[in-house]
Amino acid sequence: MADLSSTFVGIKSPNPFWLASAPPTDKEYNVRRAFEAGWGGVVWKTLGAEGPPVVNVNGPRYGAIWGADRRLLGLNNIELITDRPLEVNLREIKSVKRDYPDRALVVSLMVPCEEAAWKAILPLVEETGADGVELNFGCPHGMAERGMGSAVGQVPEYIEMVTRWVKQNSRMPCIVKLTPNITDIRKPAEAAARGGADAVSLINTINSITSVNLDEMCPEPMIDGQGSHGGYCGPAVKPIALNMVAEIARNPETANIPISGIGGVTTWRDAAEFISLGAGNVQVCTAAMTYGFKIVQEMISGLSQWMDEKGYASVDEVVGRAVPKVKDWQDLNLNYVAKASINQDDCIKCGRCFAACEDTSHQAIAMSEDRTFTVKDDECVACNLCVNVCPVEGCITMVPMKPGEVDPRTGEVVKEEYGNWQTHPNNPAVWAAE
Amino acid sequence: MPNSQLTPGIVAGRLPDDSYAENFADLHAPLDAHEAQVAADRCYFCHDAPCVTACPTSIDIPLFIRQIATGTPEAAAKTIFDQNILGGMCARVCPTETLCEQACVREAAEGKPVMIGQLQRYATDRLMEKNRHPYTRAPETGKRVAVVGAGPAGLACAHRLAMHGHDVTVYDARNKPGGLNEYGIAAYKAVDRFAEREVSWLLQIGGIRLETGKALGAGLTLEALREDFDAVFLAIGLAGVNALRAPGEDKAGVEDAVSFIAELRQASDLSALPIGRNVVVIGGGMTAVDAAVQARLLGAQNVTIAYRRGRDRMGASKFEQDLAASRGVRILENVQPKAIHGNGSAVEIELEYTEETPEGLKGTGETFRIPADQVFKAIGQTLEGAPEGLEIAGGKIAVTGAGQTSLPGVWAGGDCASGGDDLTVTAVAEGRDAAEAIHAALGA
Repeated sequence: MADLSSTFVGIKSPNPFWLASAPPTDKEYNVRRAFEAGWGGVVWKTLGAEGPPVVNVNGPRYGAIWGADRRLLGLNNIELITDRPLEVNLREIKSVKRDYPDRALVVSLMVPCEEAAWKAILPLVEETGADGVELNFGCPHGMAERGMGSAVGQVPEYIEMVTRWVKQNSRMPCIVKLTPNITDIRKPAEAAARGGADAVSLINTINSITSVNLDEMCPEPMIDGQGSHGGYCGPAVKPIALNMVAEIARNPETANIPISGIGGVTTWRDAAEFISLGAGNVQVCTAAMTYGFKIVQEMISGLSQWMDEKGYASVDEVVGRAVPKVKDWQDLNLNYVAKASINQDDCIKCGRCFAACEDTSHQAIAMSEDRTFTVKDDECVACNLCVNVCPVEGCITMVPMKPGEVDPRTGEVVKEEYGNWQTHPNNPAVWAAE
Repeated sequence: MPNSQLTPGIVAGRLPDDSYAENFADLHAPLDAHEAQVAADRCYFCHDAPCVTACPTSIDIPLFIRQIATGTPEAAAKTIFDQNILGGMCARVCPTETLCEQACVREAAEGKPVMIGQLQRYATDRLMEKNRHPYTRAPETGKRVAVVGAGPAGLACAHRLAMHGHDVTVYDARNKPGGLNEYGIAAYKAVDRFAEREVSWLLQIGGIRLETGKALGAGLTLEALREDFDAVFLAIGLAGVNALRAPGEDKAGVEDAVSFIAELRQASDLSALPIGRNVVVIGGGMTAVDAAVQARLLGAQNVTIAYRRGRDRMGASKFEQDLAASRGVRILENVQPKAIHGNGSAVEIELEYTEETPEGLKGTGETFRIPADQVFKAIGQTLEGAPEGLEIAGGKIAVTGAGQTSLPGVWAGGDCASGGDDLTVTAVAEGRDAAEAIHAALGA
């Protein structure tokens, strides 16, 4: 059986599934339940500086969007960092770590952008026996207005500065958690690397308004007739997170920095995808908040079975395996030609492929009197929309044409050789060079 | 000693008093808002959806389900009523398993269609419970149309004509409107006086005058109607019942299934309704199942449906056959009535096995008897009282196009007219389409 044990920036855990710093990791009670359920590690909910803790709203903290059957697809929150006293959290962290020495326990931190504040808290965390710290440079609501969270994460110079303070004032591994609320994720990652971070973790939540209450004319979640933007997470953000992880993994400046992948991880498959794009482990929050801690058992069994089937002996063998195939558009092979193909045995004749193609794409699907749907190869550009709207997985597939065959759409012979935009005759840059 | 299921003969009160309400409760409990949401979420919003094609009234099913899913069931109901003003009743009585739900692509995909009928009921109930009629009349045209028969076809025709601004008078032989909706459908399919409430709601459009207790040959003549009105729509249904043509048919206890159902539907106290201990229903259609199941629900100990052909030929759908079986009705296939025995009252029925031969269905000569103190005939209805001068085809009023009869100015639809399939929903479609044809003709 595949070995799921993980060593991330020197921190060992029996599996690569950690709970992200969030409500599920705010208390000893929850974290003990998580470890009993099988989670490999937790990042304790963000601690603030000593003194009176922050306060949260006393109305709803979460908003959501749903798919069919009210399946939760996206969640947003306006919860702040821990609202419990620092000393209580530290005492509980110490107690949990003592009882679960084989699990990873990392402590998330967010204190003001002053070296003294970091100098003050780091020894207190170190004293608990925790395995490392994660710097919360991500939260987009509440704390950002006070110059912390994403307010730091949006300024690479601050990231570098604070990371350096942490590394200078602590022996603990330091993970820098990045906010996605920026234009180019590579810049903050590079800054973290310059500051000496041992790893980056991403993504934190995305600034969002999930819905508007149309009776009250107010954003949800609604607090006494008002609403605010909050951090968006859950399955809906996974594509954004995957891209950002891949951007860092394939950026030469940051290619070697370990990544803890976060953002909509719901199943073992999501985890495998993050890992293949360069994440050394994954952190989970929304899936646990939706279904409870037990889901980790599916993640463990699923990842393990898949790795066995593929012949991967350890998680490390999977890390970054798909990264070399992540390219810029201009590198894609324009000589590759595929055509959609509908398996008539699987087709349930709903006609969604037809409506999508006829109304919004290339009029490349024919519909007969008896509702047989067939692809018109002379119109099909292989856009994949029919595949994506088909309710039956695997019913429509993209079949590559063989070199030497004639593409009935263009009348041109499919070329064997690779040819991208950079060499394409339509590219103005190519003419300029001539 | 109170009566029980074992009491011989035809007696009332076979069951404890509280059983009747339970037995005759809604066959399908209505969906609540959550169930409707879950069911609506399953619709794929198909292109040129097969369910719409399968619906005789062509209701835009994907659209109304999407309107439910997005929290506007009243708009969904309007989508339904635009095509089928009796969408509430059709949601209850349509054999959806052989119409829209059979065509549903999720039936093909998973053997579990979207619950279209139930969703239609959810939407129409939401609008109707507001007791607000969603249609208004066009300016009055001054044209007058007579509709004979206040069943589904007549009502659908009358509503559409009234909407176009015509003045409509609807006649019905019975003292309540609704036709088979009121008198001819199993009670558990239209509970809480739904048929009656639906007609009241439909009449809210205005411009429709209802005259009950009047029929062709009983206060009305077609000639007079043609003279008094600008157009006539005949929706008189099938008032006659086929005979068994077996000795003993005249014995006490041998009745028409439609009469039994009508009596049951109008009964104010089901425990006072007599039912046999051993009931045999002859026939294989919906009426046979409705009669048989309700006989069981009234407390008959043994109820048998005797059908002359195989189950696959039964007019009753698979769902109805299963419903009968689940209520303890035995279905005997390939048997035909030979004689009813008894001294004045039916005691036994003698049945003969049948087989399909190249020359048609034939008795095998092998017979057997089963106890039968009550026999219901459900072997089809016939046109009765059709006015002279109308061309008849295949036992029904011959029509072409949207219900045009052989007489100018006279249209016909529903069960009495040729074509169609004796379904409520088809009658509604025919009534609606005839109304459009009449409207066009009156405008010319």
